Amino acid sequence: MNDIALRAEHISKRYRIGRAEESYRTLRDTITDIACAPFRKIKGLFAGGHRGGDAAWTEFWALKDVSFDIRAGEVTGIIGRNGAGKSTLLKVLSRITEPTNGYAEIHGRVSSLLEVGTGFHAELTGRENIYLNGAILGMSRLEIKRKFDEIVAFAEVDKFIDTPVKRYSSGMYLRLAFAVAAHLDPEILIVDEVLAVGDARFQKKCLHKMEDVGHNGRTVIFVSHNMPAITRLCKRAILLEGGSLKEEGPAHKVVGSYLDAGHSNAAVREWADPAKAPGNDIVRLRAVRVRTCEGKTAETVNISETFAIEMEYDVLRPGCFLMPWHHFFNGEGTRLFETHDTDKHWRDRERPAGRYVSTTWIYGNLLSEGIIYVSSGLTKLRPAERMFHERDVVVFQVVDHNGDSPARGAWTGGIEGAVRPYFQWTTGMKPPRHVAPIAAQLTQATANQ
Amino acid sequence: MSFFKKPPENKTEPKAQLNNRIVRIRPSRGLVSLKLDELWEHRELLYFLTWRDIKVRYKQTLLGAGWAIIQPFFTMVVFSLFFGKLAKMPSDNIPYPIFSFAALVPWTFFSNGLNQASNSLVGSANLITKVYFPRLAIPLASVLVGAVDFTLSFMVLIVMMFYFGLTPTVNILWLPLLLVLVVVISLGVALWLSALNVKFRDVRYVIPFLTQVWLFATPIAYPSSLLKQPWKTIYGINPMAGVVEGFRWALLGTKTAPGPIIIVSAVMSMLVLVTGAIYFRSTEKTFADLV
Repeated sequence: MNDIALRAEHISKRYRIGRAEESYRTLRDTITDIACAPFRKIKGLFAGGHRGGDAAWTEFWALKDVSFDIRAGEVTGIIGRNGAGKSTLLKVLSRITEPTNGYAEIHGRVSSLLEVGTGFHAELTGRENIYLNGAILGMSRLEIKRKFDEIVAFAEVDKFIDTPVKRYSSGMYLRLAFAVAAHLDPEILIVDEVLAVGDARFQKKCLHKMEDVGHNGRTVIFVSHNMPAITRLCKRAILLEGGSLKEEGPAHKVVGSYLDAGHSNAAVREWADPAKAPGNDIVRLRAVRVRTCEGKTAETVNISETFAIEMEYDVLRPGCFLMPWHHFFNGEGTRLFETHDTDKHWRDRERPAGRYVSTTWIYGNLLSEGIIYVSSGLTKLRPAERMFHERDVVVFQVVDHNGDSPARGAWTGGIEGAVRPYFQWTTGMKPPRHVAPIAAQLTQATANQ
Repeated sequence: MSFFKKPPENKTEPKAQLNNRIVRIRPSRGLVSLKLDELWEHRELLYFLTWRDIKVRYKQTLLGAGWAIIQPFFTMVVFSLFFGKLAKMPSDNIPYPIFSFAALVPWTFFSNGLNQASNSLVGSANLITKVYFPRLAIPLASVLVGAVDFTLSFMVLIVMMFYFGLTPTVNILWLPLLLVLVVVISLGVALWLSALNVKFRDVRYVIPFLTQVWLFATPIAYPSSLLKQPWKTIYGINPMAGVVEGFRWALLGTKTAPGPIIIVSAVMSMLVLVTGAIYFRSTEKTFADLV
């Protein structure tokens, strides 16, 4: 009983979508409405919520009857597709918004970190922002004072501590913001995608810091799309789908079933509805697929065979220079490589509108065994502008079925390394007379001892 | 130097007293408590928010905090010219400039507070959607920020009193209560407007108009003694009327004690504050979704 840090019971959250949430309301709308239905509207006005049925609103349950327990000292990941309710759940748990139904209790001092640098003010200096941000995150003035030097050292901004943060580089700004957050000392920490900011180097540092936090016996609730990070940092995971809790259990298991079942095939992602597809009015992503050399879509790829990543996209506005690309990550989140469109035919050529399929052929004998995450994107050139970037869009497994990867040579044991290239080896040999004197010399030396 | 130098363990530090407490999350229904205890726990945040606004307020301005004085002072000059000199407005036998300035000092506090606070929640959308804390702290901080400006202009008022050779009477003992009253009114109106502004952005268009009308509906450029008795007391329904008359009486020693009008004003302000707080708290839960 005592070791439960957080208990959520039947948490539901309803949003009304349509006029009310689309944009803020004007008094005129309300006056018109009041004329139509005075009692309902006035009640709504004072209740703060939206009671009474109004046909113009459609209901949307961002969370439906979500219940779970989190034990003290556990790092729990919350995963799910965009719109599965992860952020809403965090907002409810951090008391930013109220649940429509349900109950939750949190035992201990909670801090939520839905963003780094919340409340930073550009005009204030680094020093002042540390105090302000610390106070906003729930630290007391004494606590901040005590940790001040540590925070400054961590952020590596000593020289600029009395400079307004508007003069900081974006990297310094982020480091300072994260440093404050990293020195929070709550018993329960709620974190949302904080790692989605900054460059790769910084993301990595954040991950390390998170690991530190996790190992210090703190309870952490962690939302991320970064599956490798989830499997590495979290003991347990909660999978949300369409606002409901789909699965709860050991992190690797839940991540596994998310990758398998979240969509029927993790190696194929398709967007049937162009309006919901990543992209904009220039280009929309329609599908990304992993295909074997025979052309079949596959979740497993033989380690020694060439395979393909296929990106299907609609170019809606003609006349742009477009460059699709993929980033490859392994299960530990290491970026193995990036590949950008190398097709000379489309280089320096304005693309007419139409549906395109770009296929990237990846050699066999390049990747290591294990899970591979692909992030796909497309950049418009001249000037460079990112059209979309889908993280972990497809996931597949590289397998070495019979241990017949030629890169093994004769070795049948485990092989480490982020890649497993098959290099050519050549071995020459000289006749025995070349080693005979050496052998004799060594025998002599042993005998002398 | 390693970026990831592990910070020294803080295990032995005394944890905050919030330790071991249970946070309960459930939908609120009906009338909600004001949770003033929670606001008290967050008093340091209130302090920092106020301090931030003060710090930021006059950054990159030429005259800096001088604006705190210039604003009421020039209004006083304009009033003295047009109402005092040209229109020959009666001023309870007190030199017109100080007559109007004594009223403009609390009025400026009120109107600035109202201006700042009404947009405070919307302006803090980034905080409201990312961090939990009692939302009351936001408009409260914007009202409290005015205390600095108030202090500055109040010092000018004292200088002016010397200049016009006015010595305060014992009535000045009532001043602290009048100060509380003006904070109560400002806060009450601030709570109403800031919460309304989250839902209806019309508020920001109403504010300039509202302050202008309210300025002339308050006996600042003219004395309330222009009114006959039953009306003079009823005038207190505008809570600022009571404050302004109270200030003149406490500092400048106007003839009759404005007791009745202040009582009416005090009751009105409490009413505004209480209803404002209730409205604020009951709509607070939707702020993060609407802002």
